[in-house]
Amino acid sequence: MTGALTLALREPLRQRLDLSPLLPERLAGLDATAIAAIELTSGNRRIAVGDLFAVSGDNAAELVIRNAGSTALDFVGRGMSTGRITVEGNAGAYLGLGLMGGHIHVRGDAGPFAGADMRRGVIEIDGGAGDFAGGALPGEMRGMSGGLLIVRGDAGDRAGDRMRRGLLVIEGSVGAYAGSRMIAGTVVALGGAVGPYPGFGMRRGSLILAQAPQRLLPTFADGGRHELGFLRLLPRALGGRSTHVAEFVARSLRMRRFTGDAAAGGKGEILIQEA
Amino acid sequence: MNINGVTIEDTFAEAFGMTATRVVITANSADWARNAAVSMTGFATSVIACGCEAGIERMLAPEETPDGRPGVSVLIFAMSTKDLQKQLRDRVGQCVLTAAGSACFAGLEGGETLKLGAMLRYFGDGFQIAKKFGGRRYWRIPVMDGEFVCEDTVGTANGVGGGNFLVLAASRAAALAATERAVAAMRQVPNIILPFPGGMVRSGSKIGSKYKGLIASTNDAYCPTLKGQTATALPPEVESVLEVVIDGLTAEDIRAAMRAGIRAACEPGAAGGVLRISAGNYGGKLGKFLFPLRELLA
Repeated sequence: MTGALTLALREPLRQRLDLSPLLPERLAGLDATAIAAIELTSGNRRIAVGDLFAVSGDNAAELVIRNAGSTALDFVGRGMSTGRITVEGNAGAYLGLGLMGGHIHVRGDAGPFAGADMRRGVIEIDGGAGDFAGGALPGEMRGMSGGLLIVRGDAGDRAGDRMRRGLLVIEGSVGAYAGSRMIAGTVVALGGAVGPYPGFGMRRGSLILAQAPQRLLPTFADGGRHELGFLRLLPRALGGRSTHVAEFVARSLRMRRFTGDAAAGGKGEILIQEA
Repeated sequence: MNINGVTIEDTFAEAFGMTATRVVITANSADWARNAAVSMTGFATSVIACGCEAGIERMLAPEETPDGRPGVSVLIFAMSTKDLQKQLRDRVGQCVLTAAGSACFAGLEGGETLKLGAMLRYFGDGFQIAKKFGGRRYWRIPVMDGEFVCEDTVGTANGVGGGNFLVLAASRAAALAATERAVAAMRQVPNIILPFPGGMVRSGSKIGSKYKGLIASTNDAYCPTLKGQTATALPPEVESVLEVVIDGLTAEDIRAAMRAGIRAACEPGAAGGVLRISAGNYGGKLGKFLFPLRELLA
């Protein structure tokens, strides 16, 4: 057998499943039998990989997970530092939690907390993402602190919550409180709708929006319209991974700039593209 | 050895190790990028009194620059990383930060790291914003025409300074015409600059002087008007000499530039008044790099 190491779920799951042991760096050098024997946690039970997945291929650096229509595969690529994971279908919650490097590509949707606390590496989600994409876990002091998270669909509420650094691109719409409590970093939201009160409690960082939000907090000050050249650096930073960002930048660099949140220091900015 | 009747003297150019860096300046138009670069590389002919040697390497098309605008690539050479850091800070701060619509990016990675935006950011007086995109850190410094975008740091290379050759000609006009040809050809070579005005220097120097405290003085052996007065190195028919000085990122870059320049200078041939090609050296004792002319052109 050669080619990407593929784990195909035999049937949809009735319980949530923690996939955090299945990282390319941990599977390298293991044969199919050893991989099939790895135990995963599902609720209060331990289940062997082989009981749930058909294992084929041997190149663990290219791990492919076929999800058979399930949305219960949680913690895909948790803490991964190298290699590549492709999820064919949807991922569950906590996709790429604490990612340290490598590349995760989800061909469907991801659940809440996708890319939460990620530090380096790239996550691409072809579909939408749940709440707290690139955000912080409850009780944690910081969200995403580096790397690149791209959501090609819509994202839920509080995308980029407590984000510290890195680049979060949402090609679709975002829910309420995008960039809430942001410490720094960049969130780009290109969809037609931006939920209310983006930048709630943000200290620094940039929220770059293609559309005006439904409601803006009164603690953001209107700084007028500007042509902002640094936006030209965005497409290259994405390495050609987002044609939407390239088109957004090509359309106009003229932004209406709001600074805030004045309730949290006021050094953040919301940039809204001018038509 | 001769090319088109021009004698290539059996001598060598002697060059020194220098620390080098490259910055990319972009602006709204090629003209405005050039304005910034010309200002930044002004008064940077020789480390003797300028602190560094700098020049425009080449113009850059929009697709070659980090922000997709027209740009200029500038090389700067100094005797130490510390000197280079000071020159970079002062020159980018006074000549690029000040130029309308400009932005400044690192053109070199690796080696020791020099601060670029990391120093200039203080001009922002607390209003500056750092942005990290794609592993690179940039500063947005608020200025009166908008924002000055400047990369945080730039790398360095162990460059070579002082590669050179001399064009000995039958008249001042012939020397100038031949050296202009050489400069035009050498400007096509990557990774090098010609730091002197118009790419050439007429006042070659020797070490020391009859006057106390002067470390360099006119190279009397190559001054045509001193024939008969001093131990001249010039044959009777030579009336004028011009020198091309080359700084490059590597010795191989200097070799490539010297080869292109000497061949171009010899194109007019002896009939065009170009008589000999020579080079400046200190007997091979001071410089780390020697470039024998005949070996180079063989």
